[in-house]
Formats: sequence, C-alpha cells, structure tokens
Amino acid sequence: MRVKTGWVAALASMVLLKGVLSSGAVHAQNIPIPGPTVEAIKKRGQLACGVDTGIPGFAFQDSAGAWHGFDVDYCRAIAAAVLGDATKVRYVPTTTPARFTILQSGEIDLLVRDSTLTMTRNLQLHLAEVAINFYAGQGFLVSTKLGVGKIDDLNGATICTLTGATLELNIADFAKAHGTKIGTLLFEKSDEAIAAMEAGRCDGYTDDTGSLAAVRSTLKTPADWVVLEGVISKEPLGIHARASDVNWVNILYWVDNALKTAEELGVTKANVDEKKAGIDPVIKRLLGVEGGFGEMMGLDNAWSYRAIKTIGNYGEIYDAYFGPKALDLARGQNKLWKDGGLVYTLPFR
Amino acid sequence: MLILAWAAHNAATTLAERNMRVDFGFLASPAGFDIPFRIVPWDPSDSYGYALLVATLNTALAAALAIVLASLLGLAIALMRLSANPLAAALARGVTELVRNTPQLLQIVFWYIAVLQVLPAARASFSIGGAVFLNVRGLFMPAPNSPLLAMCSGLGLAGAFILPRLLPRAPVLLLGAASMAGLLAVGTLLSTWELPALKGFNFQGGWRLPPELLALVVGVGIYTSAFIAENVRASIQAVAPGQREAARSLGLSPGRTMRLVVLPQAMRTLLPPLASHYLNIIKSTTLGAAIAYPEVLQIFARTVLNQSGRAVETMTLVLGVFLAINLIVSSLIGRWDRRLQRDAR
Repeated sequence: MRVKTGWVAALASMVLLKGVLSSGAVHAQNIPIPGPTVEAIKKRGQLACGVDTGIPGFAFQDSAGAWHGFDVDYCRAIAAAVLGDATKVRYVPTTTPARFTILQSGEIDLLVRDSTLTMTRNLQLHLAEVAINFYAGQGFLVSTKLGVGKIDDLNGATICTLTGATLELNIADFAKAHGTKIGTLLFEKSDEAIAAMEAGRCDGYTDDTGSLAAVRSTLKTPADWVVLEGVISKEPLGIHARASDVNWVNILYWVDNALKTAEELGVTKANVDEKKAGIDPVIKRLLGVEGGFGEMMGLDNAWSYRAIKTIGNYGEIYDAYFGPKALDLARGQNKLWKDGGLVYTLPFR
Repeated sequence: MLILAWAAHNAATTLAERNMRVDFGFLASPAGFDIPFRIVPWDPSDSYGYALLVATLNTALAAALAIVLASLLGLAIALMRLSANPLAAALARGVTELVRNTPQLLQIVFWYIAVLQVLPAARASFSIGGAVFLNVRGLFMPAPNSPLLAMCSGLGLAGAFILPRLLPRAPVLLLGAASMAGLLAVGTLLSTWELPALKGFNFQGGWRLPPELLALVVGVGIYTSAFIAENVRASIQAVAPGQREAARSLGLSPGRTMRLVVLPQAMRTLLPPLASHYLNIIKSTTLGAAIAYPEVLQIFARTVLNQSGRAVETMTLVLGVFLAINLIVSSLIGRWDRRLQRDAR
C-alpha cells in the first residue's frame, strides 16, 4: 500500500504542475485576427450553434426536422456573415442544465438559446455576455378561478416551473423582498409542469413572458388562464460566447448590431440591393460599401450585407416568429429606441 | 489506480486549458431557492452544502419507502403466483408482465398524473374528522407540537428490541408490537397537535405528504416489485420439495410451512439478487426529478449546477452521494448475507 500511495502522490503533483503550466500559457497568448473560433469554423465549413431543445418562437423543428425560430435566424445570420452561406449551420439542441458546459467545452461556437445574460455567467463561467436580442421579464400564468389580479396577490400560492433556470431564484428574491411566500415545484420538462398545473397541483406557471404566451396557446382551454400583468425580473435574453476569443465576441456583437441598425435605417431583406446602390453614406458603411469594417474583424466587407439579404433586419425576424401572424406577442420593450423600446445600437462609424 | 490517475490528469489539463478551475468553495454560499418538501428544516438563506444534505435525506426517504413497498408487494405477488388458486396465479402473472415490460419513467409520470387527476382541489378536499385532509396538493395530517411523540416512538422501538431478550419465552412479534403501540398511545395522548387548516391557496400547518413523493414511491416500488416477485418465486422453488413435504407431514399448516420452513431457506438464494434490486431502487429515485420531487439529482445536478455553473464539482458530489449510499446498503446486505450463509452450515 505504501508504494501505491507514493505513486499516486507523484502523479497528483504532476497533474497539478501541468495544470499550472497550461493555464499560464492560455493567459499569455496573443490572439491574431480573425482568432481561433473563426478559423475553426472556416476549417469545419460549418457554424456550431447552440439552441434550445424546442420552444415555440425561439427555436423549434418542423415536421421535416428543419430548424426555425428567432434564435435560429440569429445562427443563420451569423453563418451568412462568416461563411457566406446561411445553411451551413449545425444546430446543437442544448438542455438548460448542460448549455453553458457545452459552450465552455468548445462543442459549440456560440449559444443563442433564450438564455438570460447574468453576472455569474460572465464572471464565474468566463463567458462573454455578447448582446441582448430579446428583452423579456419573468411573468405568471394563473387560473382565472383564483381571482388573482396582480403578482402581489400570489402570497401562499404554489407555482410550477422548470428547474435549472433563473426562474426559481427570481421567485425566491421577489418573495424575500416583498415578505410573501410563494412555493415552487420544479420540473425537468415543461410538458409535465403544465400537466401538473392543469390538474391543479399548483396555482400557476412561471416563465419568461415570451414563453408564457406560447404556453397559454397550447392549453386545453386557454380562456381559463390569464397571464398576470407585470414581471418580477429583468430577463435580457441573448448571445453567449467564450470570452477568451475577443475577436469572435466582436463579430457576434456587430452582426446583432447590424440587424438592428438595418431596421433603424429602413433596410430590409427586399430592398437591401437597392439601398446598397443608393447614396446614403450611413447605409453604405452598414452594408460594407465603405468603411472596411469587415476586414478589421478578419471577414470580408460584405458580411453584414449577406446577413441582411438572407435573413432580413431585426424587425423582420421578430415579426416572423412573434408578430401578429405568429405568436402575436406585442413588441413592447423590443421596439426600437425611437419607437419607445429599448433596442438601441452603436453607430457604424 | 493508474487509469483513475490518468483520467484525473486528463480532466485537470482539459479544464485548465478552458480556464475552468475545480473549486468546492461555492458550497458555503447561500442557496437562495426554496426546497418544497424536506424532512429537516430549510430556509433559502442556508448554504448549498446544507442543501445537499436536505436533498440526500429526501432521496433516502423515497428510497426507503420504495424498498419497503417493493419488498412487501414482491413477496405478495410471488406467493399469489405460486398459489393453487388459478385466478390469483394468473393475475400475478399478468401484473408482473405488464409492469416489468413498460418503461419505468413512463410509469412514474403515469402515477403522478393519474394521482393528480383523481384528487379534488384544495377547497373541496376529502376530510377525515376535520384533522386529516386529502387533496391535489397532498395528504395533510396533524403534527405533534412537541418532540414527545418522537421520543416515545424511539423508546417503543428500543423496547421492541430489548423486551424479547429479557423475556425469551414470550412471543417476539406480540411483545414488540405491544411495546410500540403502548408507548405510541402514551405519546399521542400527552402531546398537543397542530391541525392543518385551509389558509389562502393551501393548507397550512401539520404534516404533509406531497403527491410527488407518493407517485415516486408507488412508481418505483411497483416497478421493482415485479422483478423482486420473480426472484422470490425462483428462490422458493429452489428450496428442495422434500422440505415442504416434511413440514406438512409434521402437521404444520401451509402458512406456517411457508413462514417457518420455506422462506428462511429461500432467503439464502434470494438475498444477492435482492441487494441488486435495492441498489437499483436507490438509483431510480433520481427519476423523481421528472415529477418535481426534490431529490439529489434535481436539487444539485439541476438547480445548484445551473446557479453556480460548477458542473464538474456538482456532478462529482452527486456521484459521490450515490456511491456512498449504495456502498453502505450493499455492505449491510452483504453482512446479513454472510450471517445467513454461516447459519446454514
């Protein structure tokens, strides 16, 4: 036994030494443009995009297995900008508990998965909170039989929700701050949570406001259920990437910015060619005719033109999945700043 | 040993390359979430480390109840299957085949939704004497206000073990039961009781058995009982037929033959496979995460993992907890097994 422990100790110290050496190497390296992530994507010929396993509006598969959704269109826009082809995307469905580990381990290049950008995820998981693509808040769906009008009346209620998200923490924070008591029942999947709610096991269901509208539309009798007014948290949903590759983070940030700026400047999927040939210098810089911003990021200058040409601007993406013809969710905070919303972009200058 | 060391080395380098460090310090930080069912006190300001203990006790409770249910049901099904009554034998066979040939998770979700669908809403509960209430939120029972009852039942349990040794002539079962019942009655009469009452949305106060626990125990218990029944049947049939015939010719009734002659001998071949079933039950309690039962996997590998982002650490702890529980159970059964084998010589 003596001999064995000696061996283990020797191996353990080797492990420690190796760990110290290699982590030092990571900190010391100076990454040249376009950076390791873009190089890996180009070599692979495919963008590995982490999305939700299936949620109406954000990411879902049709009967043929093709992916659609708000987040999915972001993956396509990024593939169009980087690879020049919006179809060259490998969608990786990620569960709530596994999503960040999959991103950290390098299995995916980015995560666009209706995931809240938070401080812990930034500082503890070493991820970049790249950009917000959807402003949501945590709301409540309750039975009309309860006769509850606002969230403050939920004292003593039990709420069904999903485990492994910020949802349960927000409820705990809200209850503590308001001196109320709200019980939670945590399920792995929304199907079981909603079945339990419909059977009366809990008084309501909580999720981001975008998802609640989708859930209510799938219930047996939607008229018996109401989404309470107001929210208990800010849920800025958006793009996560590994913080170590700074240029990749920049590319993702500016693709998001380009989609939003296009809406602001009235550039759409349909008129992008016409606008590109126009005289407005601001639009010319956005579409890469002038300015040379693409080359500064290690891409070509038509990156933003391709993204808008194939996917459309931010407003077009929103309307395709949350507009009146789809889930019919009012745009609210997701309107442009000039229309009273929160979507505000940095100028292409 | 070398393979383990290599795996640890590999993990450490890979983690370091990705700028992820293994650090268990997060266990001391406050959890912030509610654990809806627990058998020890819990407050959201308690630490992650304490949450692991609370969740482990929940897992142990569900596993213990499921083991008792599966054992009793398994024995009953096996005896039915072996009985001379063709109706009972056919029924037992049908149940066994139905239960062991459908997925376990499906059964648990079925029991959960089935249980929920049948029970009434909180305001229309079934009530027994205004003290015990049954509704979709669970079974609500009066709880004693003082620890007197717990102390009395502890004494009763101790009495059940000690009395038979002091009075070797008296019937063991009767004496144990009398000791338990007597002290329980004393405890019940002496304590004051907190009655559950409908306040707002739910019943408050008293003890509560949630439908999640019930569905998990019933789901896992019934599923495993089918496998245990087959093992019991095989073990009983493995006892030499001469033993049974000899007992009957001595004038023992069929019931006493089974209890005094056949089952003790069957126990020896039954224990090793039974141990495997018990270990499987403990692992199967993790399926409770699907129906909102707060056990180790749900609390730790889901909530805590997501909130702290410490995937490697939380998964290591969850593996450690299950390894520890299973090693303890397996060593206890192993000891019992060795004693039986020694007695047999």
